[in-house]
Amino acid sequence: MSIPRDFNLLLSNLSIDKVGVEERVARFQTRSIKNEAKHQGLKMVLNMIDLTTLEGKDTPGKVRQMCYKAHHLHDTHSGIPSVAAVCVYPTMVGIAKEALKNTSVKVASVSTAFPAGQSSMEVKLTDTRLAVDRGADEIDMVISRGKFLAGDYAFVFDEIAAIKEACGPARLKVILETGELSTLDNVRKASEIAILAGADFIKTSTGKIQPAATMQVTYTMLMAIKDHYDKTGLMVGMKPAGGISTSKLALHNLVMVKEILGSAWLSNEWFRFGASSLANDVLMQLLKLESGRYQSSDYFTID
Amino acid sequence: MAKKKESPQGTEWNYSPSPESTTHVKLEKRYALFINNEWVAPSSKAYFPTLNPANETVISEIAWANDKDVDKAVRAARKAYQEVWSKLSGAERGKYLFRIARMMQEKSRELAVIESMDCGKPIRESRDMDIPLACNHFFYYAGWADKLEYAFPTKNPKPLGVAGQIIPWNFPLLMAAWKIAPALAAGNTVVLKPAETTSLTALKLAEIIKESGLPPGVVNIVTGHGDTGAAIVNHPDIDKIAFTGSTNVGKIIQRSVAGTHKKTTLELGGKSANIIFDDAPIDQAVEGIVNGIFFNQGHVCCAGSRLFVQENVAEEVIRKLKHRMESLYVGDPLDKNTDIGAINSKEQLDTINRYIKIGIEEGAEIHQSQCAIPSQGFFCRPTLFIGVSQSHTIAQEEIFGPVLSIQTFRTVDEVIQKANNTPYGLAAGVWTDKGSRIFNLTTQLKAGVVWANTYNKFDPVSPFGGYKESGFGREGGLHGLGAYLKLS
Amino acid sequence: MEILKTYKIYIGGSFPRTESGRYYPLKSSRGETIANLCLSSRKDVRNAVVAARKAFGTWSEKTAFNRGQILYRIAEILEGRKGQFLEELIKQGIGRKAAEKEVQASIDCLVYYAGWADKYVAVASSVNPVSSNHFNFSTLEPMGVVGIIAPQESSLLGLVSMLIPALCGGNTAIVLASENLPLCAVTFAEVLHASDVPGGVVNLLTGSIHETAPVLAAHMDVNALVSENLGELGKSLSVACVDNLKRYIQYSSGITQGLHEIIELQEVKTTWHPIEKIGGATSSY
Repeated sequence: MSIPRDFNLLLSNLSIDKVGVEERVARFQTRSIKNEAKHQGLKMVLNMIDLTTLEGKDTPGKVRQMCYKAHHLHDTHSGIPSVAAVCVYPTMVGIAKEALKNTSVKVASVSTAFPAGQSSMEVKLTDTRLAVDRGADEIDMVISRGKFLAGDYAFVFDEIAAIKEACGPARLKVILETGELSTLDNVRKASEIAILAGADFIKTSTGKIQPAATMQVTYTMLMAIKDHYDKTGLMVGMKPAGGISTSKLALHNLVMVKEILGSAWLSNEWFRFGASSLANDVLMQLLKLESGRYQSSDYFTID
Repeated sequence: MAKKKESPQGTEWNYSPSPESTTHVKLEKRYALFINNEWVAPSSKAYFPTLNPANETVISEIAWANDKDVDKAVRAARKAYQEVWSKLSGAERGKYLFRIARMMQEKSRELAVIESMDCGKPIRESRDMDIPLACNHFFYYAGWADKLEYAFPTKNPKPLGVAGQIIPWNFPLLMAAWKIAPALAAGNTVVLKPAETTSLTALKLAEIIKESGLPPGVVNIVTGHGDTGAAIVNHPDIDKIAFTGSTNVGKIIQRSVAGTHKKTTLELGGKSANIIFDDAPIDQAVEGIVNGIFFNQGHVCCAGSRLFVQENVAEEVIRKLKHRMESLYVGDPLDKNTDIGAINSKEQLDTINRYIKIGIEEGAEIHQSQCAIPSQGFFCRPTLFIGVSQSHTIAQEEIFGPVLSIQTFRTVDEVIQKANNTPYGLAAGVWTDKGSRIFNLTTQLKAGVVWANTYNKFDPVSPFGGYKESGFGREGGLHGLGAYLKLS
Repeated sequence: MEILKTYKIYIGGSFPRTESGRYYPLKSSRGETIANLCLSSRKDVRNAVVAARKAFGTWSEKTAFNRGQILYRIAEILEGRKGQFLEELIKQGIGRKAAEKEVQASIDCLVYYAGWADKYVAVASSVNPVSSNHFNFSTLEPMGVVGIIAPQESSLLGLVSMLIPALCGGNTAIVLASENLPLCAVTFAEVLHASDVPGGVVNLLTGSIHETAPVLAAHMDVNALVSENLGELGKSLSVACVDNLKRYIQYSSGITQGLHEIIELQEVKTTWHPIEKIGGATSSY
C-alpha cells in the first residue's frame, strides 16, 4: 500500500478539549450498574480479561500456573467463564500453548522489543515471527513513541504495517503507550495511524509506566474507532491495559463501549482488559451479588 | 488490509433499574406557611396538592397564602429587620449562613430526592448539581456578610430592608439559595414564594432555617399561586423585589412597581445561541449541545436552544448528535441512570408539544431519539429540528423543553448578527479552537453569560444574568451583592 | 494520676520529636516546670521546608472553595476544643477572661478568612483595557512556601492571625512558635491535623527563635517570611532574605485582619491574548 509522504493529509487532526473529556467521562462514571445488569456485566468482564505476566523473572512454572487459573478462575462455583487470553513474552508462548491446549483461551505474545520498542526493524520483525512461529494467536506490539513525538508519523505507520504483515494469521494489537504520548490529541492521532496501518486492536499501555489506561484515554480511543467505523464500516477492537483493578472501573469501561460503539463490540472478539489482579475482584463482586455477603480474598486463589 | 465486517454476535446489555432509596426521606402530608419560624395555617384554610410529575401522584398538600398571609409575613420580616437582623454585626450574620450551609450539606441526599420527586429532574442532577450548588451558594455569601466594604470601596453599603422574592420551578432549591443567601448576607430580611408546582424543598429549607437558630422573621416562606406572588409585589412595605421566571410575568411585575420606591431585579427567559465553528473540538461540542438543551429537560432559562453550526461541519455534528441522543435515557427521575426526567407539569408538556407541532407545520425537519418513555407521567423525548431559519417561530420563542432548533451559518460576522438578532440576551456558547476568536465573540455577543468550549456551568462566584428582555441585575459573585444594598 | 502531654513538633503531617533530641523547659511564674518543649534544630527547619514544598502543589491547586471549607472546618474543630486551649492559656499565666477572648477571636479569625478564600481574587484581580487588540487580565497566585515567626507575646491568636491569611491564599507554611508561650501552638497543630488540612501544608516548630529564624530566613527554597517587628534580629533576617529575594513582610502594629494580609503573600500574573477582529463590525440589533 503506498502512503503519501505527506501523511498528515490522511489524519483527521481533530482537536480534543481535555476538560470536556473529563466531564464526559465523569458522566459515564455516574451510570449505576445493579442486579441483573451487574451480574451480566461482571461475567462479560471475566471473559474479556487477558491474564498477563510480563516480568523478567517469569519462568515456565509461573506461566503454567497462570494458565491453569485462566480457565479455572473459581471452580468451587458454577457458571464462571474462562478469561479471553493469556499474555506472555515470546519465550513463554510455547509453554502457554501447551498448557492451554483444548481450551478456548488464546495465547497473546508481546513483541517488537517490548516494552520500550527501542531497537531495529530487523529485531522487531524477528521478535514477532518468533512468537507467531511458536503458536501465538495474537501479537501485542509497541509503537515507536520517540518517532511519534518527533513527528515522524509515516515511520510509525510503516512499522505497524510491516509487523502486521509478519503476524500472518495472528491478530495484531498495537500498544500506543498513552502515558508517554501525554496528550489526548496525541492519543487520537496515534490511534488513527494504528487503525489505518492495519491494527486489529488498539491498546493503551504496556503496563510498565504510569499513567496506564485511564478512562479519558480509553474514551479517546473508542471515539477514534467509532469514527473509523462510521467512515468505512470496519470494526477495530480496543484493549485498555494497566490500572483497571476494580470491578467498578471495569464496568464503567463497558458502559463506554456500549454507549459509544454499541453492543456488537461487547464481546472478547473486540474488547479486552489487560489486567492481572482484576479477575479476583470481579469474582468477589459476583459472589457478593449472588450470596448477599461481602467476600474475603482468602477464598479466591492467586494464580 | 482485510478486516472482518460487523459480526453481530456481541452482547445485548441493558441497565437494570437503579432506583434511589426514598425510605430515609421525611415528608409531611401537609405543609403550612413558614412565618416567624413558626408553621402558620393559611387564613383562607386553602391547600393545594403538589404532584410528582413522573407518575402524577400527590406528594403533599401545600398551603395557599392570600394577601392577609403575605401581610403577616411582611410584618414579621419588617420587625425582624428593625429589631434584630439590622443590629447584628456582619460576622454574626455570616455565622448563621455558614451554619445553614453546613446543615444543608448534612441533609443533601434527602433534599436531592425530594427535589427530583417534586420537580421531575433526574436524581443525578439534583444530587450532583442542584443541591451542592445550593449549599455552596450559602457558603459563598456567608463570607461576604462582614466584608461588604471591600466589595464597594469608599461607599457605605447598607441593606435595603425587606426583600420579596419569587422563584420558578426549574431549580427550586437552587433558586431559593440564589435569592436568600445574598439578601441575608447584605443584612436584609426575606419573604419568599416558591413556584406552585415545586414548594417542597423550600419548605425543607424552612425546617433547616428553624433548626439553625436563625432569628424568627428573617426568612419567611409563603406558598401559593400567582395571586400570592402578586400580593408580595404589591405590598407597600417591601423594599426590593427579586423575580426569576418568564419574561411576560417579569414585565407585569415591572409595571406594578413602576413609580414606587421598590428596587427590582429580574431574571427572565432566553433563546440562547450555541455556536459551533468548524475548528471546534467536535465531540466535546456535541456533548456541549446535549448539556445545553437536554440538561434539566431543557427547563433552563439559559438553555442553548438555538444551535448555530458552521455549514461545512453541519452534517458531521448533526450525525454525531443524533448518535449521542440514542444513549440518553428518558425515565423515572429517581432512577440513577435517567438522563432526562419528567416535564414539570401537564401545562408545560402541552406548551412543548404545541411548539413541536408548530415546528413541523413551519416545515423544519424533526428528529427524535428512539428511546422508550414511560406511559404514565409527563415525558418528552429529546427533539431536534433541522433546517431551521431565523424567521421560524421555534427559532424565536422560548419553548422551555428538550427541543433544539438547528441553523447553519457560514461566517463569523453572520453568526454574531444572527445570535444577537433576538429580544433576549441571557447566554451564549462558542465552540472553537482559536482563543482569539473566543475573545472576539465574547466582546460582540449581547449576552450576560458567554460559555466558551463549555455550556451550562454555574458557580456561586460567577455572576449570572441577562441583557435586554432576559432581565437585568446579576446573581452570584461580587456583582450579585449590589442588588441587595443601597450605596451612599 | 494525670497522663501528662508530651509536646512534640509537627512536620509533614506527623508529630515527631526534634531530630536533635534537645528540649527546653517551660516554667510558670512560680518557677515550676509546666512542660518540656522540643528545642528544634536547623535540620528540623530543613525537614519542615521540604514538607511544605512537597505539599504546595496539592494545596494551591485545590479549588478556592475547598480551601474555604477547610478553614471553616478548622474553626469547627477549634470551637470544640475550646476548653483545652483555655486551660493551656491559663497555665501559661493568662487570665481567664483574656483567655476566653483570645480563643473566641481565634475562632472568628478562622471564619473570617474562610469567607475570603473564594473572594479575594475577585476583589484584587483585574481585566486591563490595553490599547491593542488583546484580552489582558491580571490575577493572583500564592507565593509558595512561607516562613512565619509567630508573635512572641501571644500563644494562640498571634499565630493564627499570621498563618491563616497565608493558607487562605494557597501558600504552605513553616511556623516558629512563640518561645515563651508555645503550648497552644502545638495543640493548634493537632487541631489542623484533625481538620482535613493535608500533611505538610502547615509545619510547626518550637524552640529558640534566635536559632531557627535565621535558618528559615537564609533558606533558598522559602519564598516569603512573615513576622512582627523583631528589632535587631529582624534586621539580620532582612539581610539573609536577600540571597533569594525572599519577600519579607513585617507587621509592626500588632494583630490585624483583612484583605491586605492575604494579598501580601500573592504574586500578580498578567496574561495577554489576542482578540480576533473580523470586518470591524460590532453588534447589530
